[in-house]
Amino acid sequence: MKRVSWGWAALLVVAALLPLLRPSGYLLDIGVNIMIFAMVAYGMNVLLGYTGQLPLAHAGFFAIGAYTVGILTLKAGWSFWLAWPAAVLLCAALGLLLGLVAFRTRGDVFAIFTLGVGVIIMLVINKWDSLTGGNEGLNGVNPPAGLEAFAQALGLKLSAGFYYLALVSLVLTVVAVARARGSTFGLSLIAIRGGEDLARSAGINVYAHKLRAMMFSTAIAGFAGGVYAVYIGFLGSAAASPAQTFTILLYLLVGGLGTLAGPLLGTALMYGLTQALQGLEDYRFLIFGPLLVVLVMFAPQGLVGLWLRERARRAVRAQGRAQAQEVNRA
Amino acid sequence: MTLFLQQLFNAAALGGVYALVALGLTLVYGVMRVPNFAHGGLYMLGAYFTFAGLTRLGWPYLLSLLVAALLVAAIAALMERFIFYPLRDAPHVQPMIAAIGVLFFMEAAIAHPRVFGPEFQTMPSPINTIVNVGGVTVTGQRLLVIAASVLVVFGLNYFLKRTLTGATIEAMSQNRQGARLVGIDTNRVGMLTFAISGALAAVAAALIAPINLVSPSMGEVMNLKVFAIIILGGMGSVPGAIVGAFLLAFAETFGGAYISTDFADVIGFAVLVLVLALKPQGLFRRSA
Repeated sequence: MKRVSWGWAALLVVAALLPLLRPSGYLLDIGVNIMIFAMVAYGMNVLLGYTGQLPLAHAGFFAIGAYTVGILTLKAGWSFWLAWPAAVLLCAALGLLLGLVAFRTRGDVFAIFTLGVGVIIMLVINKWDSLTGGNEGLNGVNPPAGLEAFAQALGLKLSAGFYYLALVSLVLTVVAVARARGSTFGLSLIAIRGGEDLARSAGINVYAHKLRAMMFSTAIAGFAGGVYAVYIGFLGSAAASPAQTFTILLYLLVGGLGTLAGPLLGTALMYGLTQALQGLEDYRFLIFGPLLVVLVMFAPQGLVGLWLRERARRAVRAQGRAQAQEVNRA
Repeated sequence: MTLFLQQLFNAAALGGVYALVALGLTLVYGVMRVPNFAHGGLYMLGAYFTFAGLTRLGWPYLLSLLVAALLVAAIAALMERFIFYPLRDAPHVQPMIAAIGVLFFMEAAIAHPRVFGPEFQTMPSPINTIVNVGGVTVTGQRLLVIAASVLVVFGLNYFLKRTLTGATIEAMSQNRQGARLVGIDTNRVGMLTFAISGALAAVAAALIAPINLVSPSMGEVMNLKVFAIIILGGMGSVPGAIVGAFLLAFAETFGGAYISTDFADVIGFAVLVLVLALKPQGLFRRSA
């Protein structure tokens, strides 16, 4: 096993043991939120980090996933375990529809177009009273069946059950993204990021690959939305707002675009910071806005990117030293 | 028929405002090849500066408008210098994200309780005459909007086509390297274009603000609309932006009057989705 995989395994063990240490409910809540939003960041990373397309409708898909679970469980009486996959499928299907139109455009226009779609999603959720509850939102989404029993079997509270639900979802997401990244599909996406025309000339079907990346990405957003719906229990259209998309974009940028650890690291750091700065609610975007600017100007590769670069530089230096020694010996 | 004429008049005023905001955006895109997501923020600042001039300093409307336009032009030029210029060779995603950061900063700054606060505010209308022409209510402010936007559009056209400085903007949007080769200072043109776009946005905001309300988030909605307009018209195209602006204004006004006011704000996007599905390059494909 590579060193990186050991790091992930160690992190997973620590995260899995955390609820057994009986931390405060507040700490668990922060943990669940970080894991949920990290998933959305992973979804966004597939498109922005790997494929090089800036999608600005992700909060919309997150909300569609959440509302699908909310509506199916509350109004149609479905079980969460059925409604959740349905939400993921719906988000993938809608992602395909969006991609079919949006990927006819390139680069700049794509970003603007998806931003518009994000706003439309929010408005539709906000105005479609009979389905989504409009301004008042959806209240009282129940916890998934069996989650409380599971938590009790471990001798823990329901909140710990949610923690494990989010953890398992996050692990599934990271594994899925890592596998996709390592596959021919992932390499093709990176080739597209490098240059669409070049990728096309290498025999990659750019349009089809972008569509698949979009579906994968929106499906992850919907997957995270499903967990969010049952965890929060209340849904409002603010979950779909562009501000939410930009917040997740910030998490992703801080962590590192196109890296596997970036989305999780960035979300944990920035969400934690936001919680610590709770008293400064009025100043939040006064700090976040310039932070976005500074990041793209001076550290567009994010924290993980900086670390990788530093490691690469050290490797090059070590190699250089080894070569120099060889030359000396000869 | 009266309702129709009334809507026609309202749509013309709205279209004029959209045209001013969209023109600035399309000029900047033409010269810098970067969609300035902070453009809606400049528009919002223009409205608030005018508002501050009118209510807090007690200046006359015209003076407030001019000062607001100058201030916003200066802010836009600084933005170009300190953000877009250093990022000119970076992947496009980066300046886009930076612009989003600027937009959020501007909104948060204005919405801060110590500045203006997040609530909607009404700007006093400088012209209160109302003329009734055959059942059609013609408000003075809307007439002013139409007159001023026509004047500014013609002035801008004259500037771009008939003056040397204007021609440099046109040249740079046609071919950046070519422009540099013939001795155009592309840095100066970049800043100038941003300043003009800021001033146009501020004038538009100052004109329409007495009719609508001002709020810190007013720029976000306008952002989406003008981006829809310039995509419709073809990114970087000046006539495309004007035609797109009036198309959107008519679609919104008549859609709002005859279909549903709830969705008036998104009708533009419905049109956009349709157009992009059929013609991904926009209606007026720019000959590059």
